[in-house]
Amino acid sequence: MQTHEKILLGHGSGGKLMHELIEKVFLKHFNDPVLLAQADSAVMPVVEGRLAFTTDAYVVQPLFFAGGNIGKIAVCGTINDLVAAGAQPLYLSVAFIIEEGLEFSVLEEIVQTMAETARYASVRIVCGDTKVVGRGQCDKLFITTSGIGRVRKEHEDIGSGKHIQPGDHIIISGTLGDHGMAVLAARNQLGFTSDLQSDCAPLNLMIQPLLDAGLPIHFMRDPTRGGFASVLAEIAENKLFGIEIDETMIPVSEPVRGMCEVYGFDPLYIANEGKILLVIPPKATDEVLELLQKSGHGKHAAMIGRIVEDYQGKVVMKTNIGGRRIISMLAGEQLPRIC
Amino acid sequence: MKFINDFRDRELCETLLERIHKEAVREITIMEVCGGHTMALHRFGIPALLPNTITLLSGPGCPVCVTGRGFIDHAIGLSMRDQTMVCTYGDLIRVPGSESTLEKAQADGANVRIVYSPLQCIEMAAQDPETNHVFLGIGFETTAPASAVALQKANELGLKNFFLYSAHKIMPPAMAAIIHEGVKVDAYLCPGHVSTISGTKMYEPLVDQFGVGCVVSGFEPLDLLQSILMLVQQQENKNAAVEIQYTRAVKSQGNVKAQQILNQVFEPCDAWWRGLGILANSGLKPSANYKGFDASVVYGLSTNEPADPTGCRCGDVLKGLLKPTECKLFRKTCTPANPIGACMVSAEGACQSFFRYANS
Amino acid sequence: MCLSVPGKVISIENETALVDVGGTSISVGIQLLEEVSLGDYVLIHSGFALQLISEEDALAQLELVRAMKG
Repeated sequence: MQTHEKILLGHGSGGKLMHELIEKVFLKHFNDPVLLAQADSAVMPVVEGRLAFTTDAYVVQPLFFAGGNIGKIAVCGTINDLVAAGAQPLYLSVAFIIEEGLEFSVLEEIVQTMAETARYASVRIVCGDTKVVGRGQCDKLFITTSGIGRVRKEHEDIGSGKHIQPGDHIIISGTLGDHGMAVLAARNQLGFTSDLQSDCAPLNLMIQPLLDAGLPIHFMRDPTRGGFASVLAEIAENKLFGIEIDETMIPVSEPVRGMCEVYGFDPLYIANEGKILLVIPPKATDEVLELLQKSGHGKHAAMIGRIVEDYQGKVVMKTNIGGRRIISMLAGEQLPRIC
Repeated sequence: MKFINDFRDRELCETLLERIHKEAVREITIMEVCGGHTMALHRFGIPALLPNTITLLSGPGCPVCVTGRGFIDHAIGLSMRDQTMVCTYGDLIRVPGSESTLEKAQADGANVRIVYSPLQCIEMAAQDPETNHVFLGIGFETTAPASAVALQKANELGLKNFFLYSAHKIMPPAMAAIIHEGVKVDAYLCPGHVSTISGTKMYEPLVDQFGVGCVVSGFEPLDLLQSILMLVQQQENKNAAVEIQYTRAVKSQGNVKAQQILNQVFEPCDAWWRGLGILANSGLKPSANYKGFDASVVYGLSTNEPADPTGCRCGDVLKGLLKPTECKLFRKTCTPANPIGACMVSAEGACQSFFRYANS
Repeated sequence: MCLSVPGKVISIENETALVDVGGTSISVGIQLLEEVSLGDYVLIHSGFALQLISEEDALAQLELVRAMKG
């Protein structure tokens, strides 16, 4: 590919250049037999149980940040959406929209990360597509990933959360806000440097043992944009129960806490890409925490609150000095502020 | 984190709360002038922990909230000009002008950039001499020095494409105006970071003329509770005075070097405050030596102020005459996602603080 | 108003200092300070160090509140 260092419009034309791009970048790294067949559709056996099917579009500026890149998020994000539905992720489809002028080496590094991440998660990339658009028509690279997973009958209600009830415990699988802050640091617009890493990771390896162990899980969700607070507000919205969380229990790393103080952000509203929130009956808490903490991605898992009969429809946080405040949904992006 | 964790210690806060409950026998109305205090009080859930004898009022201490719509209108106008970039703190981006916001103008193609420091705007101006860079200077004594250093820097570099559009204000005239307006305030929780720069002498007339207690407070829960206790004790002992709680950051003389820089670069001017109208000598504009950097001079921007939208009572909220929850628009048509008045836009505005944190 | 947090000065070059807040280094102007040394704690706001923080006063204040407990 080394004849062209940058992507040209011709690479999306359907002709020889495009063929070359597919061969030398995509097929080189995405080498699943189903994908290599290069048919118009990927054909796989029908799975037992129920299907979970999800899609997500990924844009991130900049493309690379500490702990990952757009490709890693594109794979992890879709896997995690399947995981949150109680599914075992099986297949992914990936579509690229590339702005002309993007360096080949950049594209290849991203594609390689995607392949590695999928392999690590034992999820197969079985089909894909590429388009190249003119300068200014997209910002370097957009990726859309769809995923299919299998849901066992006994897990089919995890996604809807219809078994959530007062008394249930709320668990978060680790520290909050790492991804959002790592991306902000990578933008390099606010004059700070940090060794903070994005938490971007596929969570099926951590969650599958919980499902396999037959632990009762009433609900799961990955708190990405809008953060942990927005997910909680969504859970409680229009319900006959409320949520009470305890500020002292919520894991936030020191650098994230520090940056939040400086720029006036609230870590509860910052995006995560490798965390999951679980609602479970209290009898399962010890075992769930133990299994999560055993996994590398769940070291800091903690029980941080419970579903309660009070505060119907609301989320209330007990502050670290014993006060209480309401947690509402994020209204617009958080901006660095001076006051 | 040092100087943060210790001041969020639960046991010590409980100790202070016990003392406050024991000692606050007489009724007392305390106004927190500083929006940062409003925000911190709600963030830590403090109001509900206080005895009924204490009433907290939020005052005009959020620079975004007191900034007029005319300023935003002009800023939007500047951002739509050719070869012009407007740089602003994130705080201002969603504040409604008469018809639009900087955020919406950006979607229409205006050149608006969020910065954390005016020095970033100076850097951009130096790198791109073809584009005029206008920095929106909002903030009180705490923030004005940053703009002052930026102007000195622009002068030093001989920049011809950097301008400051100043809405900088100083606190004492507004604090006096509140009392003149007849708002019943027994004591002021005085702004800690403003005082870091200005010192505490400026509060003495409030004590001498109006008998209002003044305690300069820090922003952590322990600071706030200790300051409230100090004000309660002043009230109980009937000895209103200026006291500093935030001793680790505030000296009575303030930051003298910062004051000198402010005096070199700025001169006082009359300024318009939402809710309070025009207050004499309450604003800061670039002094004669820096006129060439003054956007309002260079672009000939008027100081006329358009009327508030119907029903919006931010003015009364800022004077402490009305609680946010008492405004008819609150939580109905006016929300953080769709703010009608400035107090709902800013994270530290009284209305948004109430909306986000109040346990009602 | 005025969001401002304490951080530790970890390097100084001309008019700029690097200040550490919980593991993040932030570059701030030190034009507003008479003097500042490595290891000092400063209050930072809008890209500037506003003032030195006095450890002695901080400890004294905490001690005062602790004494109330008795």
